[in-house]
Amino acid sequence: MQTQEKEKQTETRHMLLNVGPSHPAMHGVIRFIFELDGETIVSADTEIGYLHRGFEKMCEVGPYNQAIPYTDRLNYVSPLINNFAYCLAVEKLMGLKVTERCQYIRVIMSEISRVTDHLTCIGATAMELGAFTAFLYMMKAREFLYELVEQVTGARLTVSYGRVGGVKADLPEGFADQTRQVLKEVRKVLKEVDKLLSRNRIFVDRVKGVGVISKEDAIAYGITGPFLRSTGVNYDVRKAQPYLIYDRLKFEIPLGTNGDNLDRYYVRMEEMEQSMIMIEQALDQIPPGVVRIHEQGEPMVAAQMVDEAKMGRIAGIAQRNVLLDPTLQGSTKGFHEKVNVEDKKTVLPPKEATYGNIEGLMNHFKWVMFGHGIRPPKGEVYFPVEGANGELGFYIVSDGTERPYRVRVRPPCFPIMAAIGKVLEGGMMADVVPTFGSVNMIAGELDR
Amino acid sequence: MDILNQLKSKFSEYVIETHSQCGDATLVIKKEGVIPLFSYLKTSPELDFNFLMDLTAVDYLGREGSRFEVVYHLYSLSKNHCLRVKVDVGEEDSSLDSVSSLWPAANWYEREVWDMFGIKFKGHPDLKRILMYEEFQGHPLRKDYPVNRRQPLVKPVPMN
Amino acid sequence: MKMLESATGFFTSRLQDAIGWARKYSIFQYPFVTACCGMEYMATAASHYDMDRFGAGLVRFSPRQSDVLFVVGTISQKMAPILKKIYDQICEPKWVVAFGVCTCTGGFYDNYATVMGIDTIIPVDVYIPGCPPRPENVLDGLMKLQEKIQRQKQEV
Ligand code: SF4
Repeated sequence: MQTQEKEKQTETRHMLLNVGPSHPAMHGVIRFIFELDGETIVSADTEIGYLHRGFEKMCEVGPYNQAIPYTDRLNYVSPLINNFAYCLAVEKLMGLKVTERCQYIRVIMSEISRVTDHLTCIGATAMELGAFTAFLYMMKAREFLYELVEQVTGARLTVSYGRVGGVKADLPEGFADQTRQVLKEVRKVLKEVDKLLSRNRIFVDRVKGVGVISKEDAIAYGITGPFLRSTGVNYDVRKAQPYLIYDRLKFEIPLGTNGDNLDRYYVRMEEMEQSMIMIEQALDQIPPGVVRIHEQGEPMVAAQMVDEAKMGRIAGIAQRNVLLDPTLQGSTKGFHEKVNVEDKKTVLPPKEATYGNIEGLMNHFKWVMFGHGIRPPKGEVYFPVEGANGELGFYIVSDGTERPYRVRVRPPCFPIMAAIGKVLEGGMMADVVPTFGSVNMIAGELDR
Repeated sequence: MDILNQLKSKFSEYVIETHSQCGDATLVIKKEGVIPLFSYLKTSPELDFNFLMDLTAVDYLGREGSRFEVVYHLYSLSKNHCLRVKVDVGEEDSSLDSVSSLWPAANWYEREVWDMFGIKFKGHPDLKRILMYEEFQGHPLRKDYPVNRRQPLVKPVPMN
Repeated sequence: MKMLESATGFFTSRLQDAIGWARKYSIFQYPFVTACCGMEYMATAASHYDMDRFGAGLVRFSPRQSDVLFVVGTISQKMAPILKKIYDQICEPKWVVAFGVCTCTGGFYDNYATVMGIDTIIPVDVYIPGCPPRPENVLDGLMKLQEKIQRQKQEV
C-alpha cells in the first residue's frame, strides 16, 4: 500500500545523455544522444560528419591518379584495399586488365590489410572492455604486418601503393619467406588472444547476446561484411562477384548465427585465419617476378644517366639498369614488364626510358603534366570489392577529360552506423561500448 | 540484359533509356516512376532486389535537360545480380519521392544527398543535414560550390 | 641583505628546475583523436614504442585531469568548436601538441570542410609534421615538448 503510494508520488523522467564526439570509448568521432530510462536506452540518435573532409570534392579537383592518396585516408586501417578498389574501378572503365603478377600482389596486400583491420577492431574492443593485454598483443601483431607493408610500399599507413594499371613497386626480395614468418608470429598472437578472450567469463558475458540484429534488418539497412555475416547471411563480394584472382583461391566464409557481438568477434577471428590461408596460397601460386639481370651491364646512378643522355650518349645507356633512390624503387624496366599493363597512356614509363631517351621523357611528361594524364572514356562505372567492414564500392563518372567528373565511394560503415541506433535501443548503457566496438567504425570512411 | 528489356517494356512510360556500359545494367527513368518502379523491383520475386547498395547523386551542371541525376545501385542476394537506376531530377523542382519506406537504408543516404546536393526527398521521415552542420549555407558537392569556400564555426584567431 | 637576495634567487631557480623536472616527467595527455593519425598514435602508445618511458603513459580522457592536449588528426569545421571547448576546459599550465600535418597546416585537405591548421583556433606548442608522423617522430616531438616544459617559467 505504502509503496504504491510512493510510486505514484515519485515521478520518473527520461534522461538525455550525450556521448561524444570526443569520448574515450568512441574510437572515432561520432556523437550519440541517448534517451535513458534508468540504465536502459529508450532511443538513440546518432550524429556523424565530424570528420567530413570533402573526399569526393577533392577527387574532382585533380587528375585520376591524384585521388589515390585520398583513398588511403578513407579507411586508414586497411588503406590498401581502398587503393585497389579505386584502381580497379578506373581500370574497369578503361577496359584494362592488369597482369597476373600484379593481381596476385593486389590480393596478397589486400588480405594483409584485412588482417590489420580485424586486429585493430578486436584489440580496441577488448581494450574498451578492460582486456588491455589483448590490445597490446594485437598491436604487436599489427606492428609485424606494418613492417611488412612498409617494406613493400614504403609507408606504414598511408601507402598510396595502387596505381591505375598496376602498382607502385614490385615485391621486395625475400618477401614470401618473410611473410610466412610473420604469419607464423601473427598466428601465435591470435592463439594467445583466443585463449585470453574466447573463454574469458568477463568478456563473453559482456558480448554474448548483446547488440543483436536480425537478418532481415541487416539486409534492409544494406549492411554488408562481418556485421552481416554474423547474422548468417552468406554474402561476400569475393565469392559473389569474384574480382582479381579470388576465384582461384580456396577459402571459406565464416558465418555466425545470432548476429550478436560474440558472433561478430568469432567471424572476425576466423576471417583473419582465412585471410592468412589466402595469402599463403597466393604466395605459392604467384608467377615469378623479376630476377635481377646482371648481364645488361652495371647499374648506373640516375643522375649520371641523365647527364649521359643530355650529352647524347644514349647508345650505352639504353641497355643499362638505373640505380634509383629508395623512394622510386621498383620503377625500373624489369618491374614494369612484369607488373604494369602495356599501355603507354596509363602507366608511367620505366625510369630508364625517362632518363635515357626522349620518347620516354615525353611520355613521362604527358603523364604528369597539368592537363595531361590518363583519360578514361566517357561513362560511368561501379566496382565493388570486399573491404574489411563490408562492400566497398567506387562509382566513378568520367566526362572524357583527365579529371574524374564524380567519384563516389560507398562506405561500408555508413549503413551500419545508420542501423546502430536501432541495435542499441532497448539495451543497457554499458552495452554501447562492446556493440560500438564490434562495428569497427572508421570515421574517415564514414564521413569521407 | 533481359532484365533491362523486361523493365523497359513494363515501365515504358517512365523509362528514358537503358544501357549497359562496362557490363553494368543501367536504367534511366523519370522521377514520376520512382515509387512504382522501385516497389516492383523490391517485391517482384524474380527480381528480388533486397539490397539498396548505394544511393548518390551527380550534378551535371550546364547539361541540356535536367541538371541532377540520382543514382541507385541495387543488388539481389538470392539472384546475385545488380542494377543501376538513374533518376533525372531538374534544377527548379529538385525533389523526388523517398524510397526509405522500401529500404530503411535509404534514410541516411537520402539525407546525405540532400546535404551534399540539395535534392529534396518527399516523404522522408527526417530530412536534415548529416555530414555538414546546420549553419552551413549551400550544398558543397554541387559543381558551382567552390572547393575552398569555408564557413567556419569558430572564427580564426588573427595573427598578431 | 645582498647575500640573502642571491640566496633566494638561487633557491627559486632551483625550485623552478625541480618543478619543471617533475612536470616534464608526469605528462597527462588528452588524446583528441579524430582521424588516421590516431592509428600511429595507438602504435606509439602501445608496447613497441612505449610512450611510458617518457612519463607520458597515462592517458586521461577528461580535460580536467590532463595537461597536454594531443590533437591527432584532421579537424573539420564541424569539430572546431568542440576542440576549442576542450582546450578551454584544460587547467593551466597546459600545452598543445599538433600531431600530423593536418593539424599543423591543414595538409592536403584544402577544402570547404577542414580547418587549415589548428593554430588558427588554439595556440600550439609543438608541431609534429608527417602524414602520419612515424612513431619515432612522435617521440622526438614529445622530447621537444619536455624540453620546453623544463625551460619555461613555472607558475605554481
Ligand atoms: S596528417 Fe595525414 S594521416 Fe594524419 S590525419 Fe591528416 S591525413 Fe590523416
